[in-house]
Amino acid sequence: MLLAILAGFILALFMPSLIKGLKGKSTIAVALLPFSLFVYFISFLPRISAGETIEFHWDWVPSLGVGMDFYLDGLSLLFTLLITGIGTLVFVYTSSYLKGHQYLDRFYAYLSMFMGSMLGVVMADNIITLFIFWELTSISSFFLIGFNNDSEPSRKSALTALGITGFGGLFLLAGMVTLGFITEEFQISSLSAMSGEIHAHELYPWVIGLVFIGAFTKSAQFPFHFWLPGAMKAPTPVSTYLHSATMVKAGIYLLARFTPVLGNHPWWNTTLIIIGGITMLYAALHAIFRLDLKGILAYSTISALGILTFLIGLGTTAALTAAAVFILVHALYKATLFLITGIIDHETGTRDVSKLAGLNKVMLPVGIAGLLAAVSNAGIPPTFGFVGKDLIYEATLHFDSMAWVLTGAAIITNVALLFAGFLAGIKPFAGKLPKAYAKVHLPPAAMWVPPMILAVLGMLFGMIPPLVDGPLIKPIVSALTLRTPDFHLHLWHGFNVVLALSVATIATGIALYFFIKPSEALLGRATRFEAISPHSLVRGLGRGVTWFSEKWTNFLQNGYLRYYLITILSFLTLLLAYRLFLGVEIYVDASTLSEITIYEAIIVTIMASAIIFTVFTKSRLAAVAAMGVVGYSFCLIFLFYSAPDLAMTQFSIDTLTVILFVLVIYNLPKYLNLSETRDRIRDGLLALVFGALISVLTLEVLNETVEKDISTYYAEQAYLLGKGKNVVNVILVDFRGFDTMVEITVLAIAALGVFSLLKLRLKSIEKE
Amino acid sequence: MEILLVIIIGLLYAAGIYMILRRSLVKLIIGLILLGNGANLLIFLLGRIVKGHPPIIGSTEKALADIYADPLPQALILTAIVISFGLQAFAIILVKRAYKVVKTDDLDEMNATDEDI
Repeated sequence: MLLAILAGFILALFMPSLIKGLKGKSTIAVALLPFSLFVYFISFLPRISAGETIEFHWDWVPSLGVGMDFYLDGLSLLFTLLITGIGTLVFVYTSSYLKGHQYLDRFYAYLSMFMGSMLGVVMADNIITLFIFWELTSISSFFLIGFNNDSEPSRKSALTALGITGFGGLFLLAGMVTLGFITEEFQISSLSAMSGEIHAHELYPWVIGLVFIGAFTKSAQFPFHFWLPGAMKAPTPVSTYLHSATMVKAGIYLLARFTPVLGNHPWWNTTLIIIGGITMLYAALHAIFRLDLKGILAYSTISALGILTFLIGLGTTAALTAAAVFILVHALYKATLFLITGIIDHETGTRDVSKLAGLNKVMLPVGIAGLLAAVSNAGIPPTFGFVGKDLIYEATLHFDSMAWVLTGAAIITNVALLFAGFLAGIKPFAGKLPKAYAKVHLPPAAMWVPPMILAVLGMLFGMIPPLVDGPLIKPIVSALTLRTPDFHLHLWHGFNVVLALSVATIATGIALYFFIKPSEALLGRATRFEAISPHSLVRGLGRGVTWFSEKWTNFLQNGYLRYYLITILSFLTLLLAYRLFLGVEIYVDASTLSEITIYEAIIVTIMASAIIFTVFTKSRLAAVAAMGVVGYSFCLIFLFYSAPDLAMTQFSIDTLTVILFVLVIYNLPKYLNLSETRDRIRDGLLALVFGALISVLTLEVLNETVEKDISTYYAEQAYLLGKGKNVVNVILVDFRGFDTMVEITVLAIAALGVFSLLKLRLKSIEKE
Repeated sequence: MEILLVIIIGLLYAAGIYMILRRSLVKLIIGLILLGNGANLLIFLLGRIVKGHPPIIGSTEKALADIYADPLPQALILTAIVISFGLQAFAIILVKRAYKVVKTDDLDEMNATDEDI
């Protein structure tokens, strides 16, 4: 079973070489993978319908409670069959749709990676594993949406989709971890037994809130729905597979999967009913006004997802049954409509529904598939859609409170969806064929057979409900309610309120179809409120964040050396000052200090004046000379205090520096005050404060006793080991000889640098 | 005397930092030199100052005895002085070159990265 799930990933690795091996011919063979998986999963059907569940365990990170645990029950099985079944058809369809595309190998690789991730999501029995596969679907979806990577809108949509679903994924992770924290159980199948404990826990609202955000972002519920229409930039097979039949249903799957664990609580039900209700109405009304076929389908998909959320929110057995059936109904007709749209786009080059008509004359089989899908979508008997819609009305009518409001919302949604389905499935094929499309021809069978199969299935299941009733739907409902259900799906329920509602829905929908003609004006009216739509708000938020981070970066990382220095120094000053004045007692022990002689006093005075002069003089030469004075005074101090070597070094080095400065000084620019007075005062204050702090710090350190171990060692061993009488010299050339060698190397490098810079000057003058 | 040296250290640090914060490259180098001097003096002072007893072993003795100036800070400072000379020399020449090429020593105007040298 592990192999079955990971097969998609493994194949994705070898896909590029595989496609190259096939050399553009018979790429249809790739569809063997999903097909064999489909056969594999369908082989479980008898066992699942008998009420069994199939489990698989493989320890992954046992210390964290993370395992590759998989679990197959009715709900998982429906999804695995949808994933592999529609996957097979999409693989076949793609081989023709993207025939000869240079990146076909990549496309198949992404697609099979996605299939693997999706199988992982619906079968995972460990909440962390579930999250990992969940994220993998987001990532593979990102690659698929952005497949046309040379188009900017495509890249942007991919990023939006990844941003929204990734954002939701993080919430989901937080929810899962919280849930694990409450129960100390990571096994989903064991969680439902703890339902009561979880409900009573004070973190319960957090858990459902976090899981909701995860599910709503993935399943495009209001107000996170806007990434889905954008995701339609993807090639049509992707829209079919990910954005209508499988991935967007992952959120629904999650809600359904956790219904036995988290459901049956007023907060859970109310939130889902409200959000699902808003989504289904909002998106259904939007779908009516779109012109782009894919736009229509995107919004009607969102609306369908809303219906599913809504049904799971109702939470009654009838509602959950309706949800289970509707998942299948929707997958069948919506995938068909998407595939048909792909064919129309591929053959005519447009998806504008107001321009398309009469294509029946040139591609009849496609038209038939479209008609069947639209009819199933409309819920006209004897299609499977009719069964689905009956169940929905059944569920809303028998709900405890506000049954008529809920039913009303469902009716409005269904009318709008019917209209949208007719637009996508019938309008392009009916009427007179425009001259522009007279030369359009039927695509290869690989393209029109898949939608046909799906459409026919939709019809078949409607006419013979027992085909799916016992084997599929019952195990799902028992997985969701933890009871063995007692019902049968029927096409015909007799004359009752539900039938009346169905008839009313169909009649209104068809009337609408003949009454409203899609046009630019209507689209304009529907998009009037675009400025306050969630999409615009998020875009605005994104721009705001970018703007803020730009300002913030420019403020901190402004590229001016001195501002970096000021920041570092101010921080250091504050830190030091805080420590010094709060934690340290400042005092000076006069007895340890040495006396001041008159020579020293004079030298110190000269140094102080020279330093101040260096800072404030207006002449470069004077500044350099004053610096020289500072250096020579240093020599004297070193000399007074027993450091003859230092005095000699300082003397020679200082002389050299001053000479060097004077030598190049005529080539240097005027010694101007570039900064403004305000800046100078600010810098001066900072410098003074910092200098004062260093002074205080030094005084404090002087109060500490000195550890002289190392010095004593050198002093004692200098002659014995190093055979030298000048201890400083022995340290440098003997004890620390390697350091000195490296130092000489540094000097040599500096000398090389100086030399080459000077050389460079000669050359450039020669050029001139 | 320590007090006076402490004041000089503070002064050197303050002057060095003030000069480093200026926009002129020449001032920046002067600031670096002053700051380096301040650090040297700081290390020197922290090893404690001793008058008239350089760390040189007498001709008849085999090790330093009694009071002597700490040789370790001296060794460190000697290294520091020499290294900072390397830095200064390179910096001075670099400033000169930079001025030749971009005709300014104002750091704020040196913001193009693709100048031909």
